[in-house]
Amino acid sequence: MKYESQGVAKLYFIAAIGLFVGQILFGVIMGVQYISGDFLFPEIPFNVARMVHTNLLIVWLLFGFMGSAYYLVPEESERELFSPFLAKLMFWVFLVAGALTILGYLLVPYATLAEITMNDLLPTMGREFLEQPTITKIGIVIVALSFLFNIGMTILTGRKTVITLVLLTGLAGLAVFFLFSFYNPDNLILDKYFWWFVVHLWVEGVWELIMASLLAYVLIKVTGVDREVIEKWLYIIIAMALISGLVGTGHHFFWIGTPDYWQWLGSIFSALEPIPFFMMTLFAFNVVNKRRRDHPNKAAVLWALGTAVMAFLGAGVWGFLHTLAPVNYYTHGTQITAAHGHMAFYGAYVMVVLTMISYSMPIMRGHKASNERAQVFEMWSFWLMTVSMVFITLFLTGAGILQVYLQRYSEAPLGFMVTQDKLAIFYIMREVAGLVFLAGLIVYILSFFVKGKEVEVI
Amino acid sequence: MRETFTKGMARNIYYGGGVFFFLVLIGLTVDTVVSLPKTDNSENLTEQVAAGKRLWERNDCIGCHTLLGEGAYFAPELGNVYTRFGESTEAIKGFIKSRPKNGIPNRRSMPQFNFTDEELEALAQFLKYSDGIKTARDWPPNIQG
Repeated sequence: MKYESQGVAKLYFIAAIGLFVGQILFGVIMGVQYISGDFLFPEIPFNVARMVHTNLLIVWLLFGFMGSAYYLVPEESERELFSPFLAKLMFWVFLVAGALTILGYLLVPYATLAEITMNDLLPTMGREFLEQPTITKIGIVIVALSFLFNIGMTILTGRKTVITLVLLTGLAGLAVFFLFSFYNPDNLILDKYFWWFVVHLWVEGVWELIMASLLAYVLIKVTGVDREVIEKWLYIIIAMALISGLVGTGHHFFWIGTPDYWQWLGSIFSALEPIPFFMMTLFAFNVVNKRRRDHPNKAAVLWALGTAVMAFLGAGVWGFLHTLAPVNYYTHGTQITAAHGHMAFYGAYVMVVLTMISYSMPIMRGHKASNERAQVFEMWSFWLMTVSMVFITLFLTGAGILQVYLQRYSEAPLGFMVTQDKLAIFYIMREVAGLVFLAGLIVYILSFFVKGKEVEVI
Repeated sequence: MRETFTKGMARNIYYGGGVFFFLVLIGLTVDTVVSLPKTDNSENLTEQVAAGKRLWERNDCIGCHTLLGEGAYFAPELGNVYTRFGESTEAIKGFIKSRPKNGIPNRRSMPQFNFTDEELEALAQFLKYSDGIKTARDWPPNIQG
């Protein structure tokens, strides 16, 4: 560790992994509910489990992004963090706010939570992924602004690199677009339209900037390839991400009462969205092949390559699968969407955060890389989680295709619940794959505690 | 990448492309918002419907159902439930009211929300309003949602 203040990242990463475990446990619960509908009912209804599952994902990824920024920025900027104290303070604020929100979901009925937190003053709750009480949303804005201030001051008063500037743009975009979560008009179409300004412009816009810059940083570190080469790749990847992804928002505007031209625009531009992800794959393999050194942290290299491949498959291929309007007409809002969502989030954002953790955590613990045994554990966890996620995606895709056929495509369409009963085998297999994922996650956590002959101390 | 394609060129594509397409998105957004009254059923967007939407949100209905295809995939699409229930708000209200408190063994079941009559009416009116939104190609593909 070149700068002492990089160490604050450790707190963020530990919290991220802890919340990740919670996310997966609730995923497994929902998997059971898909098989046996009354599981944990009425104590934990499906919608509550789902809120916990998705909100924990978002929160732990945000912890991961913030931790990554706190680790990377001092080193890139060649100075200590502007305020390590503020970083630690905001960590606790965010953790407590996040924990209270999750407990609120679990301990009281959602309507009661809305009442306690005075949702009526500024109603923002009850929309997918934005279920947090308004007061939590305000907390998120405060944490995000303090974080941006801290990171921004460090970047702007230090050495500016392409990586830090792209990261800063992505993080600023994240904060700005979140503000749309406070806009909740009565008009359902308007509500839906601008809801996507948070959701789409995050995951198919500014988050890609964050992801690409984190990946570029780790690749520079583990391959020693010339910064000029990597920066050129970085620019062209994020250029394609924005060129395709901004108007690509239109693939969400096919069936919500918005004008017909979105069918064309959304189809064409979102068909281009796989390109930046494919370039990321080319980029990662290219620079690893041209590496100037063999970094002892082989696990981090594996995660970096895995991120590029899985992001392309999950976001790129599975996204394209159902993004053209004539296809989406049948697949919109089915298990196909769920399949895509799972692999895209895992491949792009979960894996890039785990890549950063894999690279930086050993250094923060005083080694250039983990000992070999620990790395073997970590690589096993990589394969267990990644392969099981591929199967989760395939089983959900199978379920989705059958659902589309039975409920929407065949001559005599069946009702929703009748169709669901016929998908049972896919849901059972998905749950088995989900349990393997959980096993992989346990191996991942064990990898931090495995002892062995340590790699050179730095 | 070859030397003829420089980092400066890549940077310019990023800034130029990013700004240009962001402006395109804003332009399209303005056009969309302006043309919404043609499809958005706003003539039926009453106070009661708005109250129904708040109830819909306060009970996180989107956590199980889809509405115009967006939401969770655990329970039926509700953007056309008014049509599916024979254009009857009474049928919708009856269904919501009749959910057993402790669920149905082994089956998925909607929770019992203990709504007042006034609340039930607002919710049903909100679903009726949603059904009245003119979606492209009259999505969903059929009455089953």
